[in-house]
Amino acid sequence: MPEIKVTPLGAGQDVGRSCILVSIAGKNVMLDCGMHMGYNDDRRFPDFSYITQNGRLTDFLDCVIISHFHLDHCGALPYFSEMVGYDGPIYMTHPTKAICPILLEDYRKITVDKKGETNFFTSQMIKDCMKKVVAVHLHQTVQVDEELEIKAYYAGHVLGAAMFQIKVGCESVVYTGDYNMTPDRHLGAAWLDKCRPDLLITESTYATTIRDSKRCRERDFLKKVHETVERGGKVLIPVFALGRAQELCILLETFWERMNLKAPIYFSTGLTEKANHYYKLFITWTNQKIRKTFVQRNMFEFKHIKAFDRAFADNPGPMVVFATPGMLHAGQSLQIFRKWAGNEKNMVIMPGYCVQGTVGHKILSGQRKLEMEGRQILEVKMQVEYMSFSAHADAKGIMQLIRQAEPRNVLLVHGEAKKMEFLKQKIEQEFHVSCFMPANGETTTILTNPCIPVDISLGLLKRETATGAAPEAKRPRLMHGSLLMKDNSFRLVSPEQALKELGLAEHQLRFTCRVHIQDPRKEHETVLRVYNHLKGVLKDYSVQHLPDGSITVESILIQATAHSEDQATKVLLVSWTYQDEELGSFLTSLLKKGLPQSPP
Amino acid sequence: MLDCGLDMTSTLNFLPLPLVQSPRLSKLPSWVLKDGSMFLDKELKECSGHVFVDSVPEFCLPETELLDLSTVDVILISNYHCMMALPYITEYTGFTGTVYATEPTVQIGRLLMEELVNSIERVPKAQSASMWKNKEVQRLLPAPLKDAVEVSMWRKCYTMPEVNAALSKIQLVGYSQKIELFGAVQVTPLSSGYALGSSNWIIQSHYEKVSYVSGSSLLTTHPQPMDQASLKNSDVLILTGLTQIPTANPDGMVGEFCSNLAMTVRNGGNVLVPCYPSGVIYDLLECLYQYIDSAGLSNVPFYFISPVANSSLEFSQIFAEWLCHNKQTKVYLPEPPFPHAELIQTNKLKHYPSIHGDFSNDFKQPCVVFTGHPSLRFGDVVHFMELWGKSSLNTVIFTEPDFSYLDALAPYQPLAMKCVYCPIDTRLNFIQVSKLLKEVQPLHVVCPEQYTQPPPTQSHRTDLMVDCQPPAMSYRRAEVLTLPYKRRYEKIEIMPDLADSLVPLEIKPGISLATVSAVLHTKDNKHVLQLPPKPPQPPASKKRKRVSDDVPECKSLKPLLSGSIPMDQFVQTLEKHGFSDVKVEDTAKGHIVLLQEAETLIQLEEDSTHIICDNDEPLRVKLRDLVLKFLQKF
Repeated sequence: MPEIKVTPLGAGQDVGRSCILVSIAGKNVMLDCGMHMGYNDDRRFPDFSYITQNGRLTDFLDCVIISHFHLDHCGALPYFSEMVGYDGPIYMTHPTKAICPILLEDYRKITVDKKGETNFFTSQMIKDCMKKVVAVHLHQTVQVDEELEIKAYYAGHVLGAAMFQIKVGCESVVYTGDYNMTPDRHLGAAWLDKCRPDLLITESTYATTIRDSKRCRERDFLKKVHETVERGGKVLIPVFALGRAQELCILLETFWERMNLKAPIYFSTGLTEKANHYYKLFITWTNQKIRKTFVQRNMFEFKHIKAFDRAFADNPGPMVVFATPGMLHAGQSLQIFRKWAGNEKNMVIMPGYCVQGTVGHKILSGQRKLEMEGRQILEVKMQVEYMSFSAHADAKGIMQLIRQAEPRNVLLVHGEAKKMEFLKQKIEQEFHVSCFMPANGETTTILTNPCIPVDISLGLLKRETATGAAPEAKRPRLMHGSLLMKDNSFRLVSPEQALKELGLAEHQLRFTCRVHIQDPRKEHETVLRVYNHLKGVLKDYSVQHLPDGSITVESILIQATAHSEDQATKVLLVSWTYQDEELGSFLTSLLKKGLPQSPP
Repeated sequence: MLDCGLDMTSTLNFLPLPLVQSPRLSKLPSWVLKDGSMFLDKELKECSGHVFVDSVPEFCLPETELLDLSTVDVILISNYHCMMALPYITEYTGFTGTVYATEPTVQIGRLLMEELVNSIERVPKAQSASMWKNKEVQRLLPAPLKDAVEVSMWRKCYTMPEVNAALSKIQLVGYSQKIELFGAVQVTPLSSGYALGSSNWIIQSHYEKVSYVSGSSLLTTHPQPMDQASLKNSDVLILTGLTQIPTANPDGMVGEFCSNLAMTVRNGGNVLVPCYPSGVIYDLLECLYQYIDSAGLSNVPFYFISPVANSSLEFSQIFAEWLCHNKQTKVYLPEPPFPHAELIQTNKLKHYPSIHGDFSNDFKQPCVVFTGHPSLRFGDVVHFMELWGKSSLNTVIFTEPDFSYLDALAPYQPLAMKCVYCPIDTRLNFIQVSKLLKEVQPLHVVCPEQYTQPPPTQSHRTDLMVDCQPPAMSYRRAEVLTLPYKRRYEKIEIMPDLADSLVPLEIKPGISLATVSAVLHTKDNKHVLQLPPKPPQPPASKKRKRVSDDVPECKSLKPLLSGSIPMDQFVQTLEKHGFSDVKVEDTAKGHIVLLQEAETLIQLEEDSTHIICDNDEPLRVKLRDLVLKFLQKF
């Protein structure tokens, strides 16, 4: 029986270095190629030696698909394609293709220039890697080869984030990447059609969370920022350059405008301005409202938000600073955090998920004394707030997506094992489908049961649909045809056509039965009685009395003659072909029982 | 329905709509019939020997009488110029289907419609002429009014609410997106290389493929290049929207455009470019961007005047995915794909919604003005024609190929202004068509009649027609054409459990056959074969059964039989099964087997067997099964 195999190399019962291998109908596809932010050693990249120990990856993979530009989904790509070696196609959406190399370069700089690592991918490798990328449109069906096709759906997680359908014949898998089921201030909601995949591979970051309404969270966020600023404190919001950052900027920008606030808002430079440019140029990927109004007012041109300079961090007085990266694991956000952490008037707001091992994760789990590089101890006195602004679907959203797509199986990735367990049960209960949650390196096999497509001759099909016109007819109509198999072609044709094509003649098998009945009347009167009797019993059949004195029921012929010796006995000759076997047999036994006594 | 274009050349028969009172136009003499009767004097005016209708301009609609448009399920739009009649169709014909188009097509199409509605509604005209349309009257009018077709069908412009209603019926699609229509066919838009979001369409079932090629370009301008490969293996290729100016080379025309523009401005004159608010204008601005400094035009203001000028310029920058490779690469940097962003930033290009308001304060001459409408019958262009027409220093440069420039200029005659005709039409010319057809090799080509013969004015140019083998089939307005294609097969799916139950037999070397008896389920035009349900067990009721209860439930067809029955083996088999008194007689065509005791007779012939017996059902069934053993089922 055909099967689909799935092996996560990353993101199996974990968040980080998303990388999932899928084998479907003889095709091998790699979904995402991410890095892990919690590790600085070999574990930061997926273990590609699982695919092949020696030899080019190109020979083992038909294509690679990147769902969005976050580094835990694309961070290992140059390593994978240039250092391990892969020359096949890499698919991603246009915005992802545009933004991905910039984040990769940024990641490379931090790792190589700041941390001094060698044996890391180079700028040139990023460029060479991006040359292998094929950009796809939403809903475009991309024919990877003759059999394998992929199609992108809107995922709403960040600009350009997409879910992908992978299809071979009538078997299919949908991979969600990261997605968001509720539209936010800058992006729309994820959407899938009822594509009924054999398998849905979904992220499950918020497998157990059901979040309150976005409005409440936004109000809460604004209140906290406002209060801190009012009492002269500084607010640090660690973000990734693209995504939440823009959403929160829009939020603060409109709030500042409305409240006429004066405290400065800064955005750490470099990426940001560029980032906003991307949003302006790819405005078709944002939500409906922004798209509709962009000619009058481009939401990504901010009046109150200025570029940040390192020196500003020491300025007195209140301010709000957006700084990268989002999990406080390196870079500018960490520098500012170290400066401001000691003052209880200040506040750090973590607007998204933090991977284990990062400073962000430590302070969120309540740690107030942090060991920094060089054995320094940093005491955190500033207020620490967590607000879930990350654009992942919550439990409700995941269930909603499953309802939309109607998959036959579900597989969970990109989440914590414990939470997955809970969601898995819920999914199996509510949808009665199997749900899997393999760990990294563990293979899940799903049996599929694909239909077999064959060609049917239009003549046969039309004959069938014409005769079986009433769809809810109580009697299911049996269709009869011959399936001709020649080489690899399967054709269903009418038996007549099959005979003709094979150059064979039909062999007619006919039966004639003599039925004796007692009836003293004249022959034609007997015939009339038989006719009336049959007409009464066989209401759904065509019963005819022909001028030559014979009766037909469908194609069965009945003739009556008087018995040569006994005039009161009539002999009925019932004659039918093998094709009318049931009816013929039924008629003879019916007539043998004799005719009803009193004619109706 | 493929496309929904509006014939706007009808407006050329009307007087221009001036934005400000034009003494010249209002003083034009009425036209009088030869017999001196005056009843048309309010409707028809004469200008330099041409007669014009003095009325709100009207447009010629697509054929709406030929079939009931409420039975149209789907309209496929190929580019924004081909959707201008959409409100007439979706709002007034009972149409309830879906329209498919790409996002740029819809957005820019909306801008074109908005500009059209705006320029007509801005100049309210009390009069709407209809008397001249009377067939008896029309016959008496001079050409071209006399020859105008379907005048009774001409309609006034739609309104914005109608435009919005029409556009709300559009479903957005992307290139290479496969769209299932009712399970019966699949349609796919492909890049056609002509304009932002312009598409050719593939309409296909599992076995048949029809390509609709409309408004395509092989030149590299701003849109994504044409997708030719996907057009291969078409059974039928419908070809339309070829270049209107097959003799002009677009590149040469752009060069001429620039040099004429520069010359006029250097001599202190103004340049007027009647144009649509989107499309070629982007390319012209890009050329000028590269040209103005070297031509010493850096101080000459460029004005783009249209109610949708700003929107058009903004929209052009956000459709990165629909642009050619070079422009896409710019967006990745990220930079705006079109250099007109820089022209605006440096104040070299200014845009205004109309000549009123800010424009009148900023207006400096000499200058270059891009504005619509290219028919010169409405829009801000009318004002500039009146303003600049009297001076030979000024130049009007025609770039849009949709209207004959002489006809467009007719109501402005006599004119001192210079007129330059540089039509830029990037759509396929006939040389490109033959190259394309050689490349994609469709079985049949279908195209409008005009393309199958040389243009009427150049009847010797046999190179200016579609040339292919077999010759293209042509159609005319309101003509019904039957495509020479017969459908033979369709796809059907066999459920796995049914497939498992099939027993294939090898009939001939390499050819196997299995008889299939199954239940056909058809839903949404998808066919599935399932195992027949098991016959339900008759309820063990004690009630006396009625005769009719036993009537065979299914009219199930038995398979056809084939093969022949070898006499000797058959007799042996009979004897093995206990028939001891078998007697065989030879006949002309075969044999007769007699079972004397059972009073049964079996006629065996090459292609038939006939069992004649008394009513002894078990015997008959036994004989039947013995005979069947020798035959193959189909």
